[in-house]
Amino acid sequence: MAMTCSFAAVFLWSGASRLISLAPSDVLIIALYFVTVLGIGLYLRRYANTSNDFFMAGREMTAWVAGLSFLSANLGAIELMGWAGSTYEYGILAAHFYWIAAFPSMVFLGLVMMPFYYISKTHSVPGYLQLRYGEATRALSGISFAFMTVLMSGINMYAMALVMKVVLGWNIHFSIWVSSLTVAVYVALGGLYSAIFNEVLQFFLIWLGALVIPVLGLIEVGGWSGLQAKIFERMHSNDYVHLWSGLGSFSTNPMGVHWTGVVFGLGGAIACGYWTTDFLVVQRAMAAKDLRSAQLAPIIASYFKMVVPLIVILPGLLGLAVLPYKLVPQSAAGPGMHSYNEVLPLMLARYAGPGLLGLGVTALIAGFMSGMAGNVSAFATVWTYDIYQPYIKKGMSDEHYVKIGRWCTILGVILSIGTAYFVTSFKSIMDYMQALVGFFISPLFGSVVVGMLWKRATAKGGFWGLLAGTGSSVAMYTAVKIHPAWLRYVALSPDAKDMAENLYRALWSLLICVFVTIAVSLFTERKPKEQLQGLVWSYTKFPPAEAMPVWKKPWFWAVGVAIFFGVLQWVFW
Amino acid sequence: MSERQHMLPVWFFIGILLTAYGVIIFITSLIDWPHPSAAILSQYHPSFWGGILLLVIGGVYVFHFWPRRPRR
Repeated sequence: MAMTCSFAAVFLWSGASRLISLAPSDVLIIALYFVTVLGIGLYLRRYANTSNDFFMAGREMTAWVAGLSFLSANLGAIELMGWAGSTYEYGILAAHFYWIAAFPSMVFLGLVMMPFYYISKTHSVPGYLQLRYGEATRALSGISFAFMTVLMSGINMYAMALVMKVVLGWNIHFSIWVSSLTVAVYVALGGLYSAIFNEVLQFFLIWLGALVIPVLGLIEVGGWSGLQAKIFERMHSNDYVHLWSGLGSFSTNPMGVHWTGVVFGLGGAIACGYWTTDFLVVQRAMAAKDLRSAQLAPIIASYFKMVVPLIVILPGLLGLAVLPYKLVPQSAAGPGMHSYNEVLPLMLARYAGPGLLGLGVTALIAGFMSGMAGNVSAFATVWTYDIYQPYIKKGMSDEHYVKIGRWCTILGVILSIGTAYFVTSFKSIMDYMQALVGFFISPLFGSVVVGMLWKRATAKGGFWGLLAGTGSSVAMYTAVKIHPAWLRYVALSPDAKDMAENLYRALWSLLICVFVTIAVSLFTERKPKEQLQGLVWSYTKFPPAEAMPVWKKPWFWAVGVAIFFGVLQWVFW
Repeated sequence: MSERQHMLPVWFFIGILLTAYGVIIFITSLIDWPHPSAAILSQYHPSFWGGILLLVIGGVYVFHFWPRRPRR
């Protein structure tokens, strides 16, 4: 026992300086988390023996479980730390990535798109594309998704290992291997059940672990008005605490964006692309027990997304107001300096004593691990159903595909570990990886939504539209990288800054995808009506609405979140 | 299928873990009461209140979703 502890101590602590020192109670809390997630995986193994159970959690999740895991699959630690850091850099404008980038697209998924995903009984978004457009589009989407999701999983691991090194002084290899192997075990055992259970668990840990920051922070600064005053005192500007009033021009806000980019680029192209077609999150809604639950899941998630800024945006603003030193961009962070992305652990260290600190660190670890688990479970599903089954080994038994799914999970984790080490060698590769994800997301939304709403869309139109949208996104990104001044053409303003490139590139690539899909479809042959049943609006018989009180209907709660959203925009205008 | 109907709900596992965390944090806060940590506003003993909150939430979930109780 003593030797194990000594070995762990030597292996754990790399000797690097750290922001936080853990008390024994904190270590116990972290250890208990690992024991719990492994225990959950072991327990759920007996229930994950068919492909429907392993890949789709039996399609029996309640609206609440599906909704919370839908949100948690996105609410990883990279999200939390990254957006808290962006808030420190840009102010409350970062909240747009939680408000307008969530509510319209999540509600659109729930009310409009989920019926098609659910009624078609598809197991994945590439699966829907195969039904609607054919094999070529499915292959393009499936392979790119499988590739990206493993890359993102590795980035999650690397980012977590880096954070644990900076914050706790942990050895990078220890962090990568212990967390990856834990995820591999519990997802390989329990499949999507395990991933979902642990995402819902993570949701609670994130909230309870991070709540100490906004509560004590607002006490320290004297409430919202005190926070505004302190930020003005430091930054000599009110731009950091206003959501919309500075967006009339690119030059009148810290982010260098215009409201059109925020509304159409972010709220339209990027948000819809992510929330309605990224299989990592959509898979959770597809696992719901019935259509009503599947529709409610993203709508429930949107309510919580409206309040997540309390534990992400507010800590960033508090950091701006109270930290005794200035944070700097990651690239400028030298010895003794802290980067924007460290604002969340810095605020945690500021307010959380022994016990609560362990809970906060566990929440971050849980966020990283559930991010990896989500990516790996989505990878296993897409690989097995959309690549292995149709192209490598058709017609095998259900038991065979479950076995493949388990091995795919292990393979996905191994590839992720490889990616994590790859990223350690090329640190700036993380920026390229994020861009890679962006190349596919918005055009994919274009392909899917045109396919769902327009019966005339053809297989060739869908394929060429997706390819054109992706190609145009790559071209715009590359052009601005080579000639940074060309950002003015992408964002239509000489005052636009880097963030504007992401927003407008997403918008143009979406429009190009839609335009090419429509144009090619008009000159090519469409599938017969019989093959489009349940896949297109005009040819889908929606189940008759059950008699139920209005407050149980998805549209009722969609209206509620719309009102909630409106109030938030008005309060923080 | 009948076995799955007896699957413990995720809320039960959450309740167990939060209760355990509540116990750890609450006891830690009592041990550290005479000597609050260097954290800002530690004089308000946030670990004490946090521990109680976790115990309450965890306890409610464990009680409500205990296996012997009929599930809704």
